[in-house]
Amino acid sequence: MSEEIPPVIQALAEAVSAEFPGGLLATTSFRGNHRFHVCPKQSYAVLKYLQTRAGFAMLVELSAADYLQYPDVEDRYGIWYCLLDVDNGRRLIVKTTANDPDPKVDSVVDLWEGANWMEREVYDMYGIEFRHHPDLRRILLPDEFVGYPLRRDYPMRGKGERHNFPVLTRAEG
Amino acid sequence: MALKLSDVIAPPADGREKDYQWTLNFGPQHPATHTTLRIVLNLDGEVIINSIPDIGFLHSGFEKLGEHLDFNQYVTIVDRMNYISPVANEIAWHHAVETLMGIELTPRCKYIRVIFAELMRLHDHLLCVGAAALDLGAFTAFLYAFNQREKINDLNEWASGQRFHPSYTRVGGLQRDIDDIWIGKLRAFIKQLPSAIGDVTRLLNRNRIFLDRTRGVGVLTREEAINRSVTGPIARASGLVRDLRKDEPYLAYKDFDFKVVAAKEGDCLARYLVRMEEMRESLKILSQAIENLPSGPVNASVDDRMVLPNQLSVYRSIEGLIHHFELFMNNRKWNPPVEEVYAATESPNGELGFYIVSDGTGTAYRARTRPPSFIHFALFNHLAQGHTISEVAPILGSLNIIAAELDR
Repeated sequence: MSEEIPPVIQALAEAVSAEFPGGLLATTSFRGNHRFHVCPKQSYAVLKYLQTRAGFAMLVELSAADYLQYPDVEDRYGIWYCLLDVDNGRRLIVKTTANDPDPKVDSVVDLWEGANWMEREVYDMYGIEFRHHPDLRRILLPDEFVGYPLRRDYPMRGKGERHNFPVLTRAEG
Repeated sequence: MALKLSDVIAPPADGREKDYQWTLNFGPQHPATHTTLRIVLNLDGEVIINSIPDIGFLHSGFEKLGEHLDFNQYVTIVDRMNYISPVANEIAWHHAVETLMGIELTPRCKYIRVIFAELMRLHDHLLCVGAAALDLGAFTAFLYAFNQREKINDLNEWASGQRFHPSYTRVGGLQRDIDDIWIGKLRAFIKQLPSAIGDVTRLLNRNRIFLDRTRGVGVLTREEAINRSVTGPIARASGLVRDLRKDEPYLAYKDFDFKVVAAKEGDCLARYLVRMEEMRESLKILSQAIENLPSGPVNASVDDRMVLPNQLSVYRSIEGLIHHFELFMNNRKWNPPVEEVYAATESPNGELGFYIVSDGTGTAYRARTRPPSFIHFALFNHLAQGHTISEVAPILGSLNIIAAELDR
């Protein structure tokens, strides 16, 4: 259910395609959200281009979803970057993908410091590794936690982690 | 490949540890954190060399729950994210759901949501300013601020039945309409609030201790604010003038006359002053909204099968009963497009957005929150480096970190 893409976004898409042959896979639009679907190999380069040359100075939001049970989707993980041009108020969403058994994408922390914790959260919840991230470790869950709870094959009630926590008695504590 | 906290705080492997440096655990239980935050401070005397926030104590899997509760049920969970401004979260959540489904709200619903959004902004800013002052020893200002918050809780209670977690919005409308008594209560509240804001201002703006401990502390420049995804009053205090109410007007914000408050200094004092001034602007919006409140229904048209029918039609007509049944049975509910959407509103703390991935059922396939507290707490190390331990309290206070939203 895609909508018509405005000329400004279309022009930007052409510029990105010209700069990175094969980098931009598709452009879609829905209810005012304009999305660039980007090849995972070139996602970092495209994002850098958008930040430095196209004026999208702020990374508003970064997260991911597991499309395991989603209809008509080939790639398992989708990662989105919501960009904002602070001077003109334009928004753009860049989407890229990752796949099992070793989901990886390039980190954008050296472009936006704000991506640091957001990438750590995605790593924590989905196990997607961000290459060249300066400090990639779990952020919300404890370090010793096994598994990635926001994956679709992870049961909502957990896998009994709560019961496996070592019991501290008052004498030990 | 992934690191652990113990690796990060361990001394460097080549033995170059400077033995005069020491480590201090700040929290998870500390009066200045207000909720459960833990920060490991690496200190040289009293000066912070490095700080490592360790979060997740309140993590309870809200986003996982969002994949199992339907669009109306999840509002009760959203309430509990930033529980200082609950209705603002509800409005943001249902704004995203309505954007996904393409529902156009009625004018009255838009106005009531604006009124609640601004009440929540007052609620949140009063707590933030009051608690920040409390941490710096100005106890009286805190009491004046909390007294007003109590009145907003009363308004919540009258409108929805709950004081703290009202769960007031619904897909395409509201739980129920407001009545004339509520409007009278709101008018009385608007009338007396400026004097309370004046009290807080007089207690703090010339308070030598408060000024000395906030001026020039935790400075964030405009460039850093952009690079670190900062939004809301913290960004505006650093000269990044962006307010979604003006820049991407949603609900009925186009109709109101108000200013976007900003400052240039970017320190804790500027953040406090921006919040105080924003409260006065919120009051302007509130009085305009209540005087021009449109009449008519609060729920969008029942014909498009998106909003709940009213109770009377459920009990007295077969059509209403069927409609109610359709929206509540697990195998029916809504039929949103198989699409995804990001929609954001200006919450008191900054841009609160939801990224909803929908697979065409009545439950979100993925309900991602863009939590301003999480993004702002990532700033902490940057702001605190080079300051002393005593300046942790004003920095935390000015960032307004709500741990329930931080950890979700």
